[in-house]
Amino acid sequence: MAGQEQIKPGRRDDGPDDAPEPVAAPAAQVSDTEIDDILDEIDGVLETNAEEFVRGFVQKGGQ
Amino acid sequence: MTVRRVMGIETEYGISVPGSPTANPMVLSGDVVTTYAASRGIRPAQASWDYADEAPLRDARGFDMGRGAAHASQLTDVDDPTMANVVLTNGARLYVDHAHPEYSSPEVTNPRDAVVWDKAGELVMREAVRRLASVPPGVNLYKNNTDGKGASYGTHENYLMSRRTPFTRIISRLTPFFVVRQVMCGSGRVGIGVESRTPGYQLAQRSDFFETEVGLETTLKRPIINTRDEPHAVADLYRRLHVILGDANHCDVSNLLKLGSTSLVLAMIEDDAFTTDLAVASPVRTLHAVSHDPTLRSTIELVDGRSIRPVELLRRFHELAADYVQDRWGADVDADTTEVMHWWDTVLTALEGDPMDARRWVDWVAKLSVLEGYRDRDALSWGDPRLRAVDIQWSDVRADRGLAHRLAATGRVEVLVPEAEAAVAMDQAPEDTRAWFRGACLRKFPESVVAASWDSVVVEVPGERTLQRIPILEPLRGTRAAVGDLVDGAPDIRSLLASLAAADGRAD
Repeated sequence: MAGQEQIKPGRRDDGPDDAPEPVAAPAAQVSDTEIDDILDEIDGVLETNAEEFVRGFVQKGGQ
Repeated sequence: MTVRRVMGIETEYGISVPGSPTANPMVLSGDVVTTYAASRGIRPAQASWDYADEAPLRDARGFDMGRGAAHASQLTDVDDPTMANVVLTNGARLYVDHAHPEYSSPEVTNPRDAVVWDKAGELVMREAVRRLASVPPGVNLYKNNTDGKGASYGTHENYLMSRRTPFTRIISRLTPFFVVRQVMCGSGRVGIGVESRTPGYQLAQRSDFFETEVGLETTLKRPIINTRDEPHAVADLYRRLHVILGDANHCDVSNLLKLGSTSLVLAMIEDDAFTTDLAVASPVRTLHAVSHDPTLRSTIELVDGRSIRPVELLRRFHELAADYVQDRWGADVDADTTEVMHWWDTVLTALEGDPMDARRWVDWVAKLSVLEGYRDRDALSWGDPRLRAVDIQWSDVRADRGLAHRLAATGRVEVLVPEAEAAVAMDQAPEDTRAWFRGACLRKFPESVVAASWDSVVVEVPGERTLQRIPILEPLRGTRAAVGDLVDGAPDIRSLLASLAAADGRAD
């Protein structure tokens, strides 16, 4: 099919944090109001200090 | 066989104490298990695990790994009294697996029941969190598979298969399916690479943690096909295929498809019904590459040289499965298989067009639609901690805090199993497997059951000097239909043993 690109496999987890971002995901066909409603609801319960919350979520490896 | 077979899901939950990243997860996981057990009237010492038949180092390829060569985390059959480990009346096992609380569902016979008892497990964890919250800061649990910092923990599927099926055929046919299954079953993850060093979004929580094609390990050098050969059943007849690469799901449709499509592909492998070879080149690297492309536009290479989109390869599997079902059953196909084929087609049709159309059914799409909303509204880059916070909190087991639960409660995600049905399954076992007998013994004779496992119930009979071990090696015996009257009619454990022995004698 035209316009397709071949995946270049083999990227390991050694890329720098400023690596170019992957191709953007397809645009959502969700109506703006529906997404706004969802975000408003999530805003109300999302951890207020996101950075600390993410830093604090540390797990031991499992199976 | 169709989608119906003996199966189950085991899930290790992420665990943390708000504000205390260094809290001891082994102690906390023990608290989760003992707190829930106590709330159900179970003393951990009362119904503990019977390890007699566990053999985690047995390999499906036919050789045993030497214990000296095994990593300590592979030695799961060593009974450590500090590790809480109980059997629930629904037939499930609730225990501490290394540093995570794990719920292993009872054996069920179909994908929908697998979803029911998997959701019951999350409600078990939610109840433990609720009770532990009375002692601030409490404990939070997450139905996910990575912390995004290099650690992963599993959601494993188990499928009972015929021992006659050559394992080499399972490897060759199942591997390409597993490389692309994440497109309809992945739970989505913010961050690329095991430590999320590259900003971005990918389809699956687990894929980056897989390093080999076939192997026995589950905690390191994780393989696409796991060879653990521990059937927990009559070993000459059955093998238990232990699948370790899947994600924990919140979307019922993805969860149903994960179990249903895999069971059907296994049926085709058992019947040697594949009419074409779909082997994928470089399976491990391709597994990563597929996960890293949420556009679903890139192609992967098959061994025969063809280039194909992952969703097209999944469609090929669907077509082969549809032909197989039509050929074997025609109009007599069972309702469970029809339901799985319906959703498989519906989800693929959505993913083949604009993948975002699958947001009601597929976890990674539902999560991505929320994350893209934040990126648009607040101009966030993929490295923003708020997006990673959404990713983690997505899987919080609490109804009011877990974002997946908020979406489901407001009708934005298709719910196949209502929460009320899963709540009943917290205490009641499936009726059509041996899980019913295991659960019934615990419910009716809690004082007599000393230990239990997948294939045994060990009881103490008053006045007897030795414990009695009741083997339950046939997963489809011990059903309510087979032994319900015997259990219901037995006034005590001695009577039950006598009537089971008499029934066995009649069967001989």
